[in-house]
Amino acid sequence: MTYRTGTEAFVHGVRTLIPLTPGVIPFGLVTGVMAIEMGMSPGMSMGMTLLFYSGSAQLVALQLLQNGALPVTIVVTALIINLRFIMYSASLAPYLHHLPRRWTWPVSYVLSDQSYALCTLKFSSGELGRFAHHFYAGTAVAMWLTWQLSVVAGVYLGASIPQAWSLSFAVPLSFLALLVPNIRSSASLGAAVVGGVIAVLAIKMPYNLGLVTASLGGVIAGLLIENSRKKTLSRTSTDDVEREVR
Amino acid sequence: MSDLALWGMFLAVGLGTFAMRLSFVELYGRWRIPALLSRALAYVPASVLAALVLPAVVYPGGQGDFVFDNPQIPAAIIAAWVAWKTRSTVLTLAVGMAVLWGFKLFAS
Repeated sequence: MTYRTGTEAFVHGVRTLIPLTPGVIPFGLVTGVMAIEMGMSPGMSMGMTLLFYSGSAQLVALQLLQNGALPVTIVVTALIINLRFIMYSASLAPYLHHLPRRWTWPVSYVLSDQSYALCTLKFSSGELGRFAHHFYAGTAVAMWLTWQLSVVAGVYLGASIPQAWSLSFAVPLSFLALLVPNIRSSASLGAAVVGGVIAVLAIKMPYNLGLVTASLGGVIAGLLIENSRKKTLSRTSTDDVEREVR
Repeated sequence: MSDLALWGMFLAVGLGTFAMRLSFVELYGRWRIPALLSRALAYVPASVLAALVLPAVVYPGGQGDFVFDNPQIPAAIIAAWVAWKTRSTVLTLAVGMAVLWGFKLFAS
């Protein structure tokens, strides 16, 4: 669809994001509740939410705080989780880099998994026309508002939720809901299995370094499996070629 | 941890994350992502998330002590199956919590 005005594209972006909000709101609620249960003030919880604007990194940081990890470990772990934004940035750069900084800096801050997923294919197909960045900004701003408001709701619910509900189990469950759709190949399954098993075995490592070790181990396992599969594939195809030559 | 240390930690993560989001939009045409790095980045979410989920499920106290009557393990297995079948966050959370509460009621 091509748009006549930037506003039209922006509004359509907002509308495109709305169906994704039921998957986002529970994460925001859990994040707000956890921050309050950690003993943070509402102001501090929201300051953290505004600065991070990354649900998985924030939940991880809260969990590590609870375990008494060092601040350095928390920063490194949160940034490792957010490394994926480098990929998103590289993939969107051809369509955003020509804009002035008063555009690129804010739209980079509001970059999220959801708006990336919605926009990447539409950008590359060129179907959005010259107001493509308005459409992207619509999805990204709507996502940002959904997230901030659901964390605020969690912050105000937080104090009224009894301990007996074991709501802290909602955190690993949220990660599970993110993890499962990420397993798309034997290589990503290998990465998950190796990362998870090392993390369980290395739980006694000081300062939660087990998590960083496990993450690196999982990534290496994923790369090795991908390589070995590629080799088998290329070997069979060269065999085919040789057979044809004979 | 003191409030000041917490704010310092939030700021460090916030600035680092912003730098990563902006990276290639700002540097477009001047730097290309190495092929090995971009392949490795694809495995970061699966690896990190599994490394977060498994210990949190296996050690309910968070201290690394294994306990045998741990209702979190069956609850997580059923929740993973729901996530696989439905891809829905809401259902995964709801079923996982319901199974955990069910086991706790049954045990008490």
